[in-house]
Amino acid sequence: MEPGEIHALLGENGAGKSTLMNVLYGLYQPDEGEILVDGQPLKLKGPSDAIAAGIGMVHQHFMLVPVFTVAENIMLGAEQVKGGLAGFLDRRRARREVAEVSERYNLRVDPDAVIEDLPVGIQQRVEIVKALTRDVDLLILDEPTAVLTPQETEELLTVMRSLKAAGKSIVFITHKLGEVKAIADRITVIRRGKTVGTASPEASRDELAALMVGRSVRLTVDKVPATPGRPVLEVSGLVVDDDRHIRAVDGVDLTVHAGEVLGVAGVQGNGQTELIEAIMGLRPTLAGTVTLDGQPVHGWSTKKVLRAGVGYVPEDRSVDGLVKEFSVAENLVLDIYDRPPFGKGLALKPDAIATSAKERIEQFDVRTSSAEAPVGTLSGGNQQKVIVARELSRPLKLFIAAQPTRGVDVGSIEFIHSRVIRERDVGTAVMVVSSELDEVIGLADRIAVMYRGRVIGIVGPDTPREEIGLLMAGITPDAAPAGGATAPGAAATDGGTAAPAAGGPANEDEA
Amino acid sequence: MSTMAVEDVAVAPVDEGFWTRTRKVGAVLLGLGLLAAVLFGALATGEQARFTLSEDSAGAALKINGTFGAILFGIITTAAGAAMLAGLPKRWFTLVLGVGLVAFVLSFLCWQVSAAPAGQNFMPLVNILRGTFILALPLIFGALAGVLCERSGVVNVAIEGQLLMGAFSGALFGSITGNVWVGLVAAAIGGAFISLLLAVFAIRYLVDQVVMGIVLNLLAVGVTGFLYERLMQTDAEKYNSAPRFSSWEIPLLSDIPVLGPALFSGNLFLYLGLLLVLVIHIALFRTRWGLRTRSVGEHPTAADTLGVKVLRLRYRNVLLAGVVAGIGGASYTLALYSFTKNMIGGKGFIALAALIFGRWSPTGALLAALFFGFADQLATYLGAINSVIPSQFLAMLPYLATILAVAGLVGRVRAPAADGKPYIKG
Repeated sequence: MEPGEIHALLGENGAGKSTLMNVLYGLYQPDEGEILVDGQPLKLKGPSDAIAAGIGMVHQHFMLVPVFTVAENIMLGAEQVKGGLAGFLDRRRARREVAEVSERYNLRVDPDAVIEDLPVGIQQRVEIVKALTRDVDLLILDEPTAVLTPQETEELLTVMRSLKAAGKSIVFITHKLGEVKAIADRITVIRRGKTVGTASPEASRDELAALMVGRSVRLTVDKVPATPGRPVLEVSGLVVDDDRHIRAVDGVDLTVHAGEVLGVAGVQGNGQTELIEAIMGLRPTLAGTVTLDGQPVHGWSTKKVLRAGVGYVPEDRSVDGLVKEFSVAENLVLDIYDRPPFGKGLALKPDAIATSAKERIEQFDVRTSSAEAPVGTLSGGNQQKVIVARELSRPLKLFIAAQPTRGVDVGSIEFIHSRVIRERDVGTAVMVVSSELDEVIGLADRIAVMYRGRVIGIVGPDTPREEIGLLMAGITPDAAPAGGATAPGAAATDGGTAAPAAGGPANEDEA
Repeated sequence: MSTMAVEDVAVAPVDEGFWTRTRKVGAVLLGLGLLAAVLFGALATGEQARFTLSEDSAGAALKINGTFGAILFGIITTAAGAAMLAGLPKRWFTLVLGVGLVAFVLSFLCWQVSAAPAGQNFMPLVNILRGTFILALPLIFGALAGVLCERSGVVNVAIEGQLLMGAFSGALFGSITGNVWVGLVAAAIGGAFISLLLAVFAIRYLVDQVVMGIVLNLLAVGVTGFLYERLMQTDAEKYNSAPRFSSWEIPLLSDIPVLGPALFSGNLFLYLGLLLVLVIHIALFRTRWGLRTRSVGEHPTAADTLGVKVLRLRYRNVLLAGVVAGIGGASYTLALYSFTKNMIGGKGFIALAALIFGRWSPTGALLAALFFGFADQLATYLGAINSVIPSQFLAMLPYLATILAVAGLVGRVRAPAADGKPYIKG
């Protein structure tokens, strides 16, 4: 690493990027090898050593205490104190320091705001300020753009450029090629825990992708145009609250036809999860209707919805999709274990379960040591294939997949995508919810963009990314020309946290 | 345009409709007020209900006609409830709720005192107040032990065991040495010993903290019970007759009417308990230690990435909790009674309830402990004046209140986010 350099670390999910950086930050101990800073080997016993050595890190999952204020989060671990041994917190000094740093780097944050009330983009800014107040020279950003809208991403890139100008070095971990090409000075590609090459930002996207995956991959999904049939799922005026009894879905109307894929795009937390859970009967609907083939299904139990011909891939497979301690075979019949041929009366039929498991493991290319292995021992991609296999093994009218490829390797992504399209082609209505815009664009025949609990627009898959990105940020095409700064509620809503002016709206993602 | 601000994604709380929490509470209060005005008013007699400012019937007293008082205070409660129903601004909520509840209790007392047998139509306020504090004291220490533990993310169900072990070792070593201060230190160590076991198993070996707490309670009952029978009872003179802290009257303050005799003529434990509430409250919210403790209880990974030693802090806090609870146990054996088998008798669990009722804050825990202490004291008093209300009903009150509190009726009760979750690096 050179001073004032942005070094991108590129690799697939699970390639070892985050682990490497956690070692560098002192969270994990290396088994072998050493770290050199300014030519000196560095022994890190913990994060405090790393901070002392001038290394700061912004983690993928923010390391912020939700019930603390911004200032409290920033001072934690390096508190300004007075009163000797008693160690009373000097909040005024902490506040001043936050103000100073945010002034110097043009990262405005309100020191007294409570973290859990702040939007994700601002929380990330707090993380960066936190690192900067510790006087770091090297800043590690672990997948910083995963939770951001395209516009927030743009702002982040601007911030990174200004940090670079101030002489800070940045390690930028990502698997998004566009961002790497937009900002990096140097690129290191990691695969399965090994450095497989370095590249300059001039390399083409295809070259980088090939380096990352180890073979050339198709970044697009092959499919023929859809032939939509009758409407299968009709959602109208749906209103749903989240766990905190805050309105999450606020009057959504949607229709999914047989033989088409409806993609639902949006930044996470805009009601997608609650929408699907309401359709599945996992969450009460407060108003509105959900009909399946014309039959109202809202208020039905989840079991009844599943039996009516709905397949469901939940967004968090380890919590909602699988029983990790159960075997692959058992997980494959979780939805129909009580039906012939797998169960009769009170008894299960182990033979039938085993036979069917074998078939499906083969059909869906699940890599497991045996059908009896606990599903938790499989890799993320193979766990996901188990869920997809289970859900696609019944005759379906409607198939709902939420984040179907999150944390899944590229090979499995291709496979899962092809199965989704195949399901569409046999006439099932398919709904794909994903926070990966590329995935939605690749799979969908129509794209519904959700923002703050509403469907803010439905567009075709050929719509330019920027337009969808603006929709994800709540800006409809007719409002956009008037200027983002005057978009309703955009600037005024979160006092003191307005974004710094970015250089320009250049579309670096396609550069 | 790229000067677009990031919009605030946090969704504003939705309008709850007509039945906001204030209105729901108001409706309940209104019902209570009507009940008090009508029922208590009808049952009360025309006798004077006297609230004496002393320990007996003598001296100055606040007097009120029983029927009149019961109805008057009932109406005040009704009015408080009506105000809430009418849509009271949120900042008045706590005050009006407090007034309403206190008036309800007063209405109840007017009925009870006026309907007491002739010659007993008085309530000695000094006795009641002093009794409230004495009964609340172990709860205060216990709940503070809970605060110290749980704010750093370790569930402390072992309060009962810590109190008991403190009471036992205080009595034993105080008796052997004949020195009350040695007894106090021994009590602290006894409580810390139970804490140490909790810490090692919960933090180092990741045993389920609730299960571990219960097991430790049983262990404490077993060990102290065994030693009590085999050791203390063989020679009670030598092993179970610890010296006691005497009462210290604080000059000037002890001359205040009612409060003076009840609050400022107590023993070391009373002063220590109240002081600890204050100290821990300030430390928790104003100092570096407090900030780190709370961060470890809410988001230990975040604290770790900033160089806070999560496990060390948890060990330290759990041990400190044991010391506090151990001293709380000694407030029995080094001030009031000799040690007897299982003498804590569930107070540790009520302390746990006070901790939750007080929303994991030291001052909240103090108020909750006082409330429980008051209910306890009232039950005793009503028994003494042959009340028609079975004292068992009043004894139920703390538990009922806790269930309501945990069910969320007094606002959202939120435990530290990482409470009970072991921290595993990586």
